[in-house]
Amino acid sequence: MTVIDPSEQSPGTRAATRKERVAGWRVGVLASPAAPVYGALLGIIIIAWIVVTIDGGEFLTTGNIVNMLQRSVALGIVSLGQTVVILLGSLDLSVAALISLSSLVTAQQMDGQSGNVIPAIVIVLLLGAGVGLANGLIITKLRVNAFIATLGMALILGGIIENGWSGPQGGVTDGFSQDLGYTRFGVIPMSFILFAVVAAIVWFVLRSTRFGYRVYAVGGSEDVSKLSGLRTHRTIIGAHILCSLTAVITGIFLASRLKAGTPTVGADGGYDLESIAAVVLGGTALTGGRGGVIGTIGGVFILAVLDNVFNQLEFNSFVRDVVRGIVIIAAVAIYARRQEKKA
Amino acid sequence: MIWRRLAGPAALLACCATFAACGTTDDGGGETAGGDSTPAATATEGPKTDLGANSEFFNQEDYDKQLAQRTATPEGPADKPWEQMIEPGEMVDTSKYKAKKADNWNVCFSNAANDNPWRQNGGITMKAEADNTPEIGKFTVVDAEAKDDKQISDIEAMVSGGKCDAIIIAPNTTATLTPAVEKACESDVPVIVFDRGVQTDCPVTFIHPIGGYAFGADAAEFLRDNVKEGGKILALRILPGVDVLETRWSGAKGIFEEAGLNVVGVEFTDGDAAKTKSIVSDYLQREGSLDGVWMDAGATAVAMTEAFEDAGQEIPFVTGEDQNDFLTKWKEDGLKAIAPTYSNFQWRTAIIATTKILKGEEVPKEWILPQPKITQENLDQYVKPDMPPLYYALCGCEDLPGFPQKWGGK
Amino acid sequence: MSTENVSASGFGADAGDRGKRILSALLSTGTIFILLLILWVWITILNPTFAEPGPFLAYLKRSAPLVILAAGAYFVLVSGNFDLSVGSLVTVMVVVAARLIEGEPSRTWPVILLLLVIGAVVGFANGFISTILRVPSFITTLGMLLILNGAVFWWTGGAPRGALSENFRSIGRQGIEGIPWIEQLPWSVILMFVIGAASVLLMRADFGRQLIATGDNERAARLSGVRVDRVRILAFVLSGVLAAVAGILLGGFGGVSAQVGKGLEFDAITACVLGGVVLGGGRGSVVAAMAGALTLEALFTWLNLQGISGALEDTVQGVIIIGAVGFAAYRLRGAR
Repeated sequence: MTVIDPSEQSPGTRAATRKERVAGWRVGVLASPAAPVYGALLGIIIIAWIVVTIDGGEFLTTGNIVNMLQRSVALGIVSLGQTVVILLGSLDLSVAALISLSSLVTAQQMDGQSGNVIPAIVIVLLLGAGVGLANGLIITKLRVNAFIATLGMALILGGIIENGWSGPQGGVTDGFSQDLGYTRFGVIPMSFILFAVVAAIVWFVLRSTRFGYRVYAVGGSEDVSKLSGLRTHRTIIGAHILCSLTAVITGIFLASRLKAGTPTVGADGGYDLESIAAVVLGGTALTGGRGGVIGTIGGVFILAVLDNVFNQLEFNSFVRDVVRGIVIIAAVAIYARRQEKKA
Repeated sequence: MIWRRLAGPAALLACCATFAACGTTDDGGGETAGGDSTPAATATEGPKTDLGANSEFFNQEDYDKQLAQRTATPEGPADKPWEQMIEPGEMVDTSKYKAKKADNWNVCFSNAANDNPWRQNGGITMKAEADNTPEIGKFTVVDAEAKDDKQISDIEAMVSGGKCDAIIIAPNTTATLTPAVEKACESDVPVIVFDRGVQTDCPVTFIHPIGGYAFGADAAEFLRDNVKEGGKILALRILPGVDVLETRWSGAKGIFEEAGLNVVGVEFTDGDAAKTKSIVSDYLQREGSLDGVWMDAGATAVAMTEAFEDAGQEIPFVTGEDQNDFLTKWKEDGLKAIAPTYSNFQWRTAIIATTKILKGEEVPKEWILPQPKITQENLDQYVKPDMPPLYYALCGCEDLPGFPQKWGGK
Repeated sequence: MSTENVSASGFGADAGDRGKRILSALLSTGTIFILLLILWVWITILNPTFAEPGPFLAYLKRSAPLVILAAGAYFVLVSGNFDLSVGSLVTVMVVVAARLIEGEPSRTWPVILLLLVIGAVVGFANGFISTILRVPSFITTLGMLLILNGAVFWWTGGAPRGALSENFRSIGRQGIEGIPWIEQLPWSVILMFVIGAASVLLMRADFGRQLIATGDNERAARLSGVRVDRVRILAFVLSGVLAAVAGILLGGFGGVSAQVGKGLEFDAITACVLGGVVLGGGRGSVVAAMAGALTLEALFTWLNLQGISGALEDTVQGVIIIGAVGFAAYRLRGAR
C-alpha cells in the first residue's frame, strides 16, 4: 500500500491525485461485477421500449413500471439469499419447496386471527432458520455436496407438504393480506419496500460485517480460508440460514399476496432454478467469491422486464422460454468475455 | 456359488452401514430448531394402507348436487352443448356492461397456464371462437405460466391498463386468485371466470362443467357396476394437493367403500406415462392381477393399459378421459372402459358468454355446462382417427373455421 | 425354492460375464453395490417374485433409460461440469419422433438417426458454450433446458402431435422373444449392457484418463498436454447422444407424452452421486454411476412395496439420498 503524505504534496501532484481518484472511481464502478449487469439491463429496457412502441403499446408508463416492480418482489427476495450461498460457492435447490411450505404454515398459523399475525411470522422465520441450519449441517458435518444436500432437502420438504396438505390453506388475515400484498405508497408497492429492506440488510451484512467478509473469503477458496484460521463451517451454516430466511420471507409475502398458502406456489414459480439464474445474470460467479447483491437486483430486474415485454407482445410460454434461455446464456457469455479480457 | 457366500456378511455389513448413515442424518436433523426435523421418524410410523382421510375439501352438499346434475336435462340447443346450461337459476342482467362500441372490442384473457394438452386444446378453440366473433376486434391472451403470483400481477395490469372491454380469467388456483379477481370486479369492466372457480361471487358469470365429484363418480360407478365385490382396484392420480383433482378422488372414494371394492393402492403418476406404466407393473407383480383401474385424468390411460399388455394380462375394467389416443385404443382393442370428461368446450363458452355480456344480454350467474361421459354405446361418435393423440373429443370445435388443421388434425 | 436361491439366480442372469469385474469393484469401492444388494434382497423378501427372471428383467428394462442417462451424466460430471439439459432433451426426442414418424414404420430408422444427430448437436452446443465461451455449464445447460423445452412445443403448437410407429416403440417395449427360462430379453436391457461395456472401455482408453485428469485438475491436465476443451466438449456430446438413446427407449416404453423427461436431469445426477461420483469432477467410476441409477430405481420399487405410497415417498427418498451420500463421504474421510 502506498501512503502519500499530504504535507509533501505540491499543487500539481494534488491535481494528479484527484485525477487518479476520479479515474479510480470510474474504474471501480465499471469494473465492479455489477456494471455489465446494469449495462445489459439498460440495453434490454431500450430494446423493450422500442419493440413495444413499434407494436403499438406503451412501455414506460407509471402503471407498467409499478407492475414490473411488483413482479420482481418474490423472485427478488429469494434471489438475495441465493446470492449469499452462491458467493460462498454453495447453492440452494430447496428454496422452492421451502417457499411453498412457509406459505402454508403462515396461513395455518394465522388462522384468520389478526392477533396471530406476529406469532405466525415468528414461527415461519424459525422454520426457515431450522431448515437453513439443517442444510448447513448436512453440508458441513455430513460433507454432502450442497447440490445433493439441498436437492434432498427439497424432496424432504416436498414430502412433508404432500403429507400435510391436500390443497390450498386459507387463514391469512384480510388485514395482513391487504397491507403487505396490495398496499401502495404512491406508485411504490409495500411489498417492494419489503424487498428493498431485505436487500439493504443483506447488502449491509455482506459489505460491512465480519460474516460478509468471511463469505467472500470462503467462496474465494475454502481451503485457504480454513488454513488462515477461519471457521468455515460456521460461515457456511450461517449463509444457509440467511438463504432459507429469505425463502420463508418470500413465502410469507406470497401468502399475503394470495391470501392463502398453496402446496405448489414455490415449485410452479420455479424459484429454485430461476433464483440461481437471476443471481448468475447478476454477475455473481457460480464458483463463489465474486459478485454481490447489487448485481443480483439487476439480474432480477432483467427477468422482470423480459416478463413484462413478453406479456405486452403476447408471446406464448414456449417462445418465452426460448428467449429467456438465450438471454441467460448470452449475458453470462458476455460477462465471461469481460472477465477474460481483464485477466 | 461365491454370491451366496458373500451375501450374508455383505448384507450384515451393509445393514449396519445404512443404520449408521441414517443415524447421522437424524443427528443432523435433530439439531435443527424448526419443527420439521423428524421426517424419518414420521416416515416409519407404518405403511399407509387406507384411502386417506376424507379430504378437507369434501363437501357433501356439492357432491349430492353434482351427482344429481348429471341426469338433469340441460337447456339450449342439443347439437351445441357449449351453449347449453344446466339448471341456470339466477340470471344476471348485464345491461350495465353493454359495450359502447358496436364492434372492435378488446377482450382480455388471463390464462393460468398453457402447460397441458387439455389447456392447449381449449386455448386453440377459444382463439378460434374469438376470431369467429365479428364484434371482437382484439383478443389479448396473457399466460401466467402456472404461477399464482404472476397471474395476480397480470390481472392487475389488465385492470390498470384500462384497455380491456372484458376480462376473462381462468384461475390457476381456486383459493389464491380470489383477491385479484375481487380487485378486478371493482373496475367497471365485466369479469368472466371459467374452469376452476374462485371463492367470491363477484364475477358476472362463472362457467364450468358439472365438476370433479361427478367426474370421479362416473368412473367409480362404472367399476362398481362391473367389478365383483371385493375386486381389486388401483387408483391412479396425477398430483396431490390440487383442489380440482382432490374432488375427483373424493367423489370416487365413497363409492368404492360403499360397494365393498378393495382399493389396493392410490398412487400418484405425475402425469408421466413411463411412471404410470411402472406403477401398474409393480402392482401386477405384487397383487398378481387387478380387476379395475380408476384414474383421475386420462393423459396416461394408454400407458396404463399397455402395462397389462406387456405383462401378458388381459386389460380389466378401466377408466380414462376423452383423449383421442385412449378412445382410439379403446375402439381398436375392444377395451372395457368408460371415459368421463371435463368438457373441453367450456373454453368456447367463455367467449360466447363474454359476447352476450358485452351485448347486454342476460347470462346465468353460474353457467353449468353438461359433462357427458363416453361409454361403449356412444364411443364411435367421439373417436377421430384423423386427429392427434392428445386431441380432446369434447372439443366442441368441429364447426369452427380452421378445423381440423388448427387442432393438429389432417 | 428359497428366497436366497432365487435372488442368487436373478443376480447371475444380470451379472453374467461381468461378474468378476463387478465383484472387484464391489470389494474396492463398495458402498453403492452394497446398498444395491441390500435393496434387492429386501425387495425380494417383501415380494419374492422380484427375483424371478421375468420381473427382474422388467425392473432392469424400466431402469435402462435412467442407467443410460447416468452414464451420460457421468462423463460430464467427472470432467467437472453439469448437464441439466438431458431431461428436456429426452422430451424433445419423444415429441420430435412422434411428429416426424406419424405412425409410419418406414420412417423409424431415419428418424432415429436424426434424433441421435440432434442429441450430438445439442451436446456439442452445450460443450462449445461451456468451454470456448466460458459460460459455467450449470448456466449453459439451464438455458439449454429452457430453450429446448420452449422450442419443441413452439414447433408442435403446445401439445405433442403425430404418433410413434410400432417398430419405434418396440425398441423400448419389446425384446428377443422365446428365450428359454427368461422368456423375453428386452432390447433396452441389451442396449444398457452394451452401453455400459462401451463406457467402461472408453474410460479405460486415453479419452477416459484425459477426462478424469481434466476434472481432477484442469491446469495440470492442460500442462501435461491434454486438450481440455476438446475432451470436455466430447463429454457433452456423449451425454447428448446417450440422452437421445434414453429418449428413444422412454418413448418406446411409455408412448407419446409431454412429461416424459421432467426431472430426469436431477435423477441422473443423483444416481451418479449415489454411485460415488464427486461433483466438481475427477473422481468416480462409470459402473458405480450406473449402479447408482439401478439403486435409485430399486429405491422407488422398495418405497412402493413398503407401502410408503404417495405423500411421504419423497421425504424418505430425500433422507436416504442424503444419508447415503453422507455415509460415502464419511467413509472417504475414514479412508484418509
